[in-house]
Amino acid sequence: MEMIYQRDVYGKTLVELGRENKDIVVLDADLSSSTRTKIFAEEFPEQFRNIGVAEQNLMATAAGLASCSKIVFASTFAMFAAGRAWDQVRNSICYNRLNVKIVATHAGLSVGPDGASHQALEDIALMRAIPNMNIIVPCDGPQTREAIIAAARTPGPFYIRLGRAKFLTLENKGEFVFGKAQVLMPGNDAAIISCGLMVNEAVSAAEALLKRGIRARVINMHTIRPLDAGVIRQAAEETRGIVVCEEHSAVGGLTSAVDEVVTETHPVRVKGLNVRGRFGQSGDPSELLKEYKLTSGDIEKAAADIVTGNDS
Amino acid sequence: MKHPESQIIELQERAKQVRRLIVQMLCKACSGHPGGSLSSSDLVTVLYFAVLRHRPQEPHWPDRDRFHMSKGHCCPLWYAVLAESGYFPQEKLWTLRQLGSMLQGHPDRRTPGVEVGSGSLGQGLSVAGGMCLAGKMDKKDYRVYCLIGDGEMQEGNIWEGAMSAAHYKLDNLCVMLDFNGFQIDGKVADVMNVEPVKDKWKAFGWNTIEIDGHNMKEILSAYDKAGETKGKPSIIIAHTVKGKGVSFMENMVDFHGRAPTKEETEQAMRELA
Repeated sequence: MEMIYQRDVYGKTLVELGRENKDIVVLDADLSSSTRTKIFAEEFPEQFRNIGVAEQNLMATAAGLASCSKIVFASTFAMFAAGRAWDQVRNSICYNRLNVKIVATHAGLSVGPDGASHQALEDIALMRAIPNMNIIVPCDGPQTREAIIAAARTPGPFYIRLGRAKFLTLENKGEFVFGKAQVLMPGNDAAIISCGLMVNEAVSAAEALLKRGIRARVINMHTIRPLDAGVIRQAAEETRGIVVCEEHSAVGGLTSAVDEVVTETHPVRVKGLNVRGRFGQSGDPSELLKEYKLTSGDIEKAAADIVTGNDS
Repeated sequence: MKHPESQIIELQERAKQVRRLIVQMLCKACSGHPGGSLSSSDLVTVLYFAVLRHRPQEPHWPDRDRFHMSKGHCCPLWYAVLAESGYFPQEKLWTLRQLGSMLQGHPDRRTPGVEVGSGSLGQGLSVAGGMCLAGKMDKKDYRVYCLIGDGEMQEGNIWEGAMSAAHYKLDNLCVMLDFNGFQIDGKVADVMNVEPVKDKWKAFGWNTIEIDGHNMKEILSAYDKAGETKGKPSIIIAHTVKGKGVSFMENMVDFHGRAPTKEETEQAMRELA
């Protein structure tokens, strides 16, 4: 099975888009080698601008370009895109519903050794709170390409969350449709809903559960906004409970999004595996997933507890 | 003579009419920001009636010059100028700040002529910079004008935008600084000194043009000079009087963000007759 960097796919997809459309403009804030926008910059220097270490300027400049009919991709690390420049994202980009695609890399704990200051665990919450913002968290390299293309073709602001580490490519996911979750494995005992890096952990957990005779439905919620409420409601109605796992704070992310649908439509047990009341820290990504209880083993246990009723 | 006396007189009359509309609009709305709207009235009136290439009947004409009001709280001025230019009927002005109105308390794209909404200070210079970059990429010769405030210069984003505009040699950008010396909490010099203003912009690589922001001839010539400057962005540092044109509002910090009462409006209208 193949391991690839989502950001490598991002850079290459930008080049692909640049070849079809001269209105694609890419901005970066001094991280173009890390975010891989450099791949685009080398191919299309006239359509790339480095804004320097100035994320507020990055987002407001993107808004200005988009107001002149450009399709603007603006990239930096998730912490600075969603955190440092939140007001610019809200007021200059989203309030004006401008065609800016924020592709934020290095999100979540899996940033690893750089530690807490660089591990965005609040970005989905911050972006989800803003009207007009679309959010995609692709689960692997190939899905990153599909997400970038969908964002380029769909008018309006987007936030696309990518990781730093190499992601294992998941086979047989089926077609990617923006706004429509993918059911990767069938099952009516429990449902596991996840996004990004955690989808692979969820699949491993479901495979282990299957060996124990527990059939868990695995849902890849790649689009957080607009949320596929139907698939969540169905999971609530047809299974005994839901496990949500995400490399994000318990506040405002995918767990919250699932909770909002379930409590309004069909209340069932929802167990969130996420980061609670803590910052991240330095460490190897795999060590961090263990430390914060986000491994396939943790998911397996949470789902089994729901099925056996041991979770109270 | 490039700018004949008749043009000056016409612009002065037009600015007076714009000020009358601002005062009436704010009185009707019972809230809003007269001080900065009145101090930058001459700058923006001259822009719309003597400088800007635009088609009020075709607001999205691709080759239009752009105006962006970074100090969005002065939108009553923008709305008055847009109505006077014919972007929408004058009676719309009396809906300012009302529920469902296209004339929101701070600029909103639903208003014809408003390119990008604003209101959160400090962002507009970068937004205007983005418009300039797009113009350069598309090899268009449109120019972009951006109004900022002196208190607004305390925002870090202004200086990020200033650095970037000089770096990318955005000579299609002209910033107008409404330097009236007051902000909500008092004198700019007391709250957080922004001086030396001219030296700061020069140091950032800008062409600086310092003028009396109420002298039509100086304003016209400043726009001319900005248009002729190549290789760097220009800033017109316009010394203005907060509340200009209404005696009891002039230099009164209270009128930064308070609407005039009915009686005050009547007096203001007499002074602006």
